[in-house]
Amino acid sequence: MTHSYLLAAYLAASVLFIGSLGGLSSQETARRGNLFGIIGMVLAIGVTALDPQIQRWQLIAGAVIVGGVIGAVLAKRVVMTAMPQLVALLHSFVGLAAVLVGISSFLHGTGHSATIAEQVVHLTEVWAGVAIGAITFTGSVIAWAKLRGSLSGRPTLLPGRHALNLMGVIAVSGAGIAMTLGSSGVVTAAAPLALPLLLGITVVAGLLGLHLVLGIGGADMPVVVSLLNSYSGWAAAAAGFMLNNDLLIVTGALVGSSGAILSHIMCQAMNRSIWNVVFGGFGTGKAKGGPAIAIEGDVTPIETDDLVDLLSDAKSVIIVPGYGMAVARAQHPVERFTSILRSRGLTVRYAIHPVAGRLPGHMNVLLAEAGVPYDIVMEMDEINEDFPKTDVVLVIGANDIVNPSAQTDPNSPIAGMPVLEAWKAKTVVVLKRGMGSGYAGIENPLFVGENTRMLFGDARDTMEKVVTALG
Amino acid sequence: MQVGIPRELAAEERRVAVAPDTVPRLKKLGFEVVVEEGAGLAAGFNDQAYVDAGARVVDRSEAWGSDVVAHIEIPGQRPDGSHEVDDLRAGGILVSLLDPARNDELLARVAARGATAISLERVPRITRAQKMDVLSSMANIAGYRAVVEAAQVFGSFFTGQMTAAGKAPPARVLVIGAGVAGLAAIGAARALGAEVRAFDVRAACREQVESMGASFLQVDIDESGEGAGGYAKQVSAAFIEAEMALFLQQAKEVDVIITTALIPGRPAPKLIKAEHVTAMKRGSVIVDMAAATGGNCELTEPGRAAVVNGVTIVGYTDLTSRMPVVASRFFGQNIAHLLDDMGGGKELHIDLEDEVLHQATVVLDGQVRWPIAAFPKAALPAPTPASTAATAAVPAIATRPPVKSGAWKNVLMLFGAIALTVLGLTAPGEFLQHLTVFVLACFVGWQLVWNVSPALHTPLMSVTNAISGIIVLGGMLTAGAQDLSPAAFVGTVAILFASINIAGGFLVTQRMLRMFHK
Repeated sequence: MTHSYLLAAYLAASVLFIGSLGGLSSQETARRGNLFGIIGMVLAIGVTALDPQIQRWQLIAGAVIVGGVIGAVLAKRVVMTAMPQLVALLHSFVGLAAVLVGISSFLHGTGHSATIAEQVVHLTEVWAGVAIGAITFTGSVIAWAKLRGSLSGRPTLLPGRHALNLMGVIAVSGAGIAMTLGSSGVVTAAAPLALPLLLGITVVAGLLGLHLVLGIGGADMPVVVSLLNSYSGWAAAAAGFMLNNDLLIVTGALVGSSGAILSHIMCQAMNRSIWNVVFGGFGTGKAKGGPAIAIEGDVTPIETDDLVDLLSDAKSVIIVPGYGMAVARAQHPVERFTSILRSRGLTVRYAIHPVAGRLPGHMNVLLAEAGVPYDIVMEMDEINEDFPKTDVVLVIGANDIVNPSAQTDPNSPIAGMPVLEAWKAKTVVVLKRGMGSGYAGIENPLFVGENTRMLFGDARDTMEKVVTALG
Repeated sequence: MQVGIPRELAAEERRVAVAPDTVPRLKKLGFEVVVEEGAGLAAGFNDQAYVDAGARVVDRSEAWGSDVVAHIEIPGQRPDGSHEVDDLRAGGILVSLLDPARNDELLARVAARGATAISLERVPRITRAQKMDVLSSMANIAGYRAVVEAAQVFGSFFTGQMTAAGKAPPARVLVIGAGVAGLAAIGAARALGAEVRAFDVRAACREQVESMGASFLQVDIDESGEGAGGYAKQVSAAFIEAEMALFLQQAKEVDVIITTALIPGRPAPKLIKAEHVTAMKRGSVIVDMAAATGGNCELTEPGRAAVVNGVTIVGYTDLTSRMPVVASRFFGQNIAHLLDDMGGGKELHIDLEDEVLHQATVVLDGQVRWPIAAFPKAALPAPTPASTAATAAVPAIATRPPVKSGAWKNVLMLFGAIALTVLGLTAPGEFLQHLTVFVLACFVGWQLVWNVSPALHTPLMSVTNAISGIIVLGGMLTAGAQDLSPAAFVGTVAILFASINIAGGFLVTQRMLRMFHK
């Protein structure tokens, strides 16, 4: 069925995709990596279009062009602060496409030559692929809505949600097995029910995805988005199995493991297991050994002028950005602030917590957009030991990732989570809108620390004022 | 659980391992504290001070026979021929400086008693262990004292003065080596008003030196010395020559030189030669803080102050012991922190999964562990195991065998083998081929993605978004190959969405990557 040149081209495309991910190991080679990906994709689509099996190429070309234009416009228009939403939306499309490909493949059938064993395998691949695709689709749509703010970031928890999830999984598997047996001719009585069963699987799996992501809070979004990234890969791999297409399998596996690793990294950065994130409903569980230590003390508010004074005596500065910086779109004034200080001979660096923002690597992208050189943007492990030697730490819109109770209070909900040790610096200045607590909904003793100064106000306005004062 | 504080044996040692003000802290941790009679006298703490703080005064053998013995100097032979560690009880823990590399015999002696020994100089220099690092806390005190010793001998002010009776310029002080001791010396000399300059082969020290208010000296040689990083042994001959020239120049200018250069486990590097000493003004002072390991100056006489050509070379090896009050306090606090980390009086145990104890425990329950393999850094910090009852005076030693994860692995592998067998017997060959490709691709992906720089995780997600648009092939194969049918229609819609992903994913990745610059 499949021609040799097609297989050769798929091999080349697989290698190019691998090269594409390999290129991302450093900033220098990343652009070449992206180029590899594009070449691989063009090659794969071009060669598939030449396949003599494919007759209706006008329809295909039309769909590709329309989709391509929509994609290009989305990519062009998106502001960097809205990257998490775009990524979630794109995941949902992969999920949707996987569902549609599954249904289409089912309608198409395997041909009559197939043996029963082959049919069973194929049909199992179909319903499993459709189910994963549907979970990815609805889950990503909910993630998208949460990230945009159309839905509240707080977890929505239905009573008996674990039972609901379990029932969903059982229903999907049961229907899948029934459909497989029916359509493959093992149980002829079930044959006419096969299509309704497949559609039923789609709906129930979709509800499952919806319910799972609704139950996950805003601060866990980096994990969820990575996890959905992984699912979208597995959905593509499942489609590869059902269509006997190795390129789809390879690509799906690459994407699936990539998402899995990202989820793992994010979970480690929060000192939680993946099960806890997906099924835990953060902030709702009972604290382990008793109530968290109450925070006592007064905050010391300051004005922008005081910050400027502080900086005039400082030699080294570390900036800790958080999601609040993205929300206030403060990255540009922050960059100007950085370059002014650097031109005065101060050492200015950034400390990035793995789960800062709503997407792995989100802060890096925002800072790069604003023009901050990437070699002063450090990871947590690179910079954590340097806080005690630092004169001023500027925390912009971050909260839980600089919360000392992660280390000091075993009853804190974030106990044991690795955090940036900002409180060890000589002075910490926290830019914050008000005294609200972070996404984890817990108090932060950093704010009442002796060496902490609070600078209240919108991060962007504040930074612009500081830049003018320094200017 | 009892902590014993014996008297130090060495005559010139004035410190005591735990000062009275740390006793309440130890009691709070759940320890009984006993002190050998007169242990704190040289440091200025009489027995009554310990009693007031809640300790009991006992004789020598009871102090040494405690569950934990806190000691400073490397234990040795007493004048009566007995050896200090021979008084340790079986199961007792000796916490002391031990210099395990040079004291095999001592370790064997501790082991023969069936005891445990923790070598304080082996506490690793990691952030978490700073509070138990006696080398740092003592180096800080020694650095201060070095300046005081210099001021004692120096015939003029450290600070500059302008008076009716005349003018005195500020003393010029050169500090060589900007470690803990060097920085402390800089701070003390600055506080006395001197003009301080400092040198260190590690260019990274500049910031710290300047933050203490001293100027940082550099040799005029292009980067060759700097890349070497660590200690002077790594620098080139040309660098050393330039360094010597710099010191000669400085020797003519400065009034005081304080040297702190040490190489762990080796004799101190000779940085100040006879020619440098002769170049100095008469009345100048050199304080050689490395005297105990041979000295940084050729003319140093360890243990005493020598005068050569009118230059006083102070080679005292007991600088911290000359400040016994604060040194004993800090030492005791370090020990209290260590014991706290080990679980306190109620749950005291040695957890070899803990990096600090892994490095510092040189004898464990009668077994010599020295030399100790490096701590496996990759290992995740294991949660402290629930202590296995330390009811009696015998400390529970918890070394956790990694049984659990191993068992899990075996179960998983068994399941994998069963699943593969079932598949191999029933599934069509084509499926297994695809499965092979799938599993291999998962491994490739796993390896690749760990190498991705965390800063590029967002581009990684968008590029994987784009390439998972490869599902467009699925749409093409189902839509294109047939007549207009529901299947073709559904397939075409799939193509549409997958194409959005391809174009959107690649373009947005490109847009992001363009923004990254140095």
